[in-house]
Amino acid sequence: MSRRDRPLRPGTAWAHGTAWAALAAIALSGCGADSDRSLSGLIEIDGSSTVFPISQAMAEEFQIAYRRAVRVSVGVSGTGGGFQRFCNGETEIANASRRINDAEAASCAAHGIEPVELQVAWDGLTVVVHPSNDWVDCVSVTELRRLWTPGSDIVNWRQVRPAWPDEDLRLYGPDTDSGTFDYFTAAVVGEEGASRHDYAASTDDNVLVAGVSGDPGALGYFGYAYFEDNRGHLRALEVDAGGGCVAPTRETILDGTYTPLARPMYIYVRRDALVRPEVNAFVSFYIDHAATLIPEAGYMPLEPEAYATLRARIG
Amino acid sequence: MNPGAAPPRGGRFEPRVAARRRAGVRFKWLCRFAVAFAVASLLVLLVHILATGLPTLSPDFLVTFPSRFPDRAGIRSAILGSLWLLTLVAAMSFPLGVGAAVYLEEYAPRNRLTNLLQTNIANLAGVPSIVYGLLGLAVFVRFLSLERSLLAGAATLSLLVLPLVIIAAREAIRAVPDSLREAAYALGATRWQAIRHHVLPAALPGILSGTILALSRAGGETAPLLIIGALTFIAFDPVSVMDPFTVLPIQIFNWTADPREEFHALAAGAIVVLLGVLLLMNAAAILIRNRYER
Repeated sequence: MSRRDRPLRPGTAWAHGTAWAALAAIALSGCGADSDRSLSGLIEIDGSSTVFPISQAMAEEFQIAYRRAVRVSVGVSGTGGGFQRFCNGETEIANASRRINDAEAASCAAHGIEPVELQVAWDGLTVVVHPSNDWVDCVSVTELRRLWTPGSDIVNWRQVRPAWPDEDLRLYGPDTDSGTFDYFTAAVVGEEGASRHDYAASTDDNVLVAGVSGDPGALGYFGYAYFEDNRGHLRALEVDAGGGCVAPTRETILDGTYTPLARPMYIYVRRDALVRPEVNAFVSFYIDHAATLIPEAGYMPLEPEAYATLRARIG
Repeated sequence: MNPGAAPPRGGRFEPRVAARRRAGVRFKWLCRFAVAFAVASLLVLLVHILATGLPTLSPDFLVTFPSRFPDRAGIRSAILGSLWLLTLVAAMSFPLGVGAAVYLEEYAPRNRLTNLLQTNIANLAGVPSIVYGLLGLAVFVRFLSLERSLLAGAATLSLLVLPLVIIAAREAIRAVPDSLREAAYALGATRWQAIRHHVLPAALPGILSGTILALSRAGGETAPLLIIGALTFIAFDPVSVMDPFTVLPIQIFNWTADPREEFHALAAGAIVVLLGVLLLMNAAAILIRNRYER
């Protein structure tokens, strides 16, 4: 196949004219200096839809900074699906909303792929209801466990707490490919992967947002960014782990009071891909722009020192 | 009693002209209502899409890449992906489909096997597209390791439209009068020469318009591509058949799934573009057919 390596085609420059203005503030702070025009190649990323907004933002800004000579694609197969492809050698980077598990690590090893784990952000799994729901502000971990435990027969709000009204309760949550599902079941039900199955499930958090925001009897959970992006259509519940009700906010997630649903988010990079200059440039870009782009994507960045450590690790 | 000899109920024939006329008028109005209902719902859909979609349409929208910000987002990679994909689908399905049709019409003996083949092809044309997606995932993406490339997507869609191309091409070839073939044979032409110089040129308009209609079906398909994993953020131009890709219907799906309103307007804009492209293709098919029809 003929490869056209011209990164910029006529017409692109003026087309971006209007766009530049809107993004100038965040996107271009410092990007111009570190963009090396000699780089090219294709970087494929797949995995968690919770981490997707971060990697999408990084991919978008990186490609603008590098004039699209380096091309980055970002898929949403869920953490499990992402690791499957990553360990198969199909992608360079896996988005993950939990750590790699033993089976996945073994699969990677079997294919000769050594994953480099980089924690890039914090998330607070957010329990949400429809905005017209006016009877619940706070839910305890015990109640969540009774709701989500395998075989649970709760289909009405009154069954959860007798003070709540006699309304149908419908559940929305990520499906089993999702790292969010794994994390939630481990933290709330007590065993990873243990959950009732009669709920509306999707790998795509946007589908869950649409579901909960259209159903007055709904209760669902997903990553904080998807709540923050859709504040007008959802209401987040406070969570009581025994020490009182705590709302998910940037502060409570970062200072550790929002337990047990605050969690780290990762990207995994192939060690042998990290020596490729374009992959190394992308991961460096990711870390260098984490502090600006991660809050914009709706998540909480790490301390600056943590990013400095990551930067040193990838060389 | 002999039933044949029974007199008509009610005895004498009554014309009841007025009642029959009323029934006729009622039926006419029923048919008019059916047409009005179909056209009206189509109009409502079109007006709604145009009203939300047209304001987002601009040259910028067509040539900028998708973005996480609605005001920066465009459909450049989706348009290019669709063009690549349709070109590849045409390159794969046209020779295969026409070849199969020529064989079935001109060479195949009329026996049970051919009948079985024909029934199968007709049935395949009715298989839901998502089934082809699963097949594509198993065969092209996994087994042949084409991954989520343009080639895998095009091969999957080619399978999907192949039965349509075969059926259209067969009908076009069958419509070529036998006298043409016989005249060629009479002049000493071989079977291949008769097909090459007489049957195919005469059948070409029909074959082309059928293929274009099949391609416009491929251009609007979403489900099989979702299955093979084309739901991906792509903000670059595909430059080879092994590149990951996105297409217009996937971009529309992606934006519709986003709960933010601004993205729904973008989706409507992309729908207008997709509708425009498909309308153009169908118009081309009709034009070709009318032009060469004798």
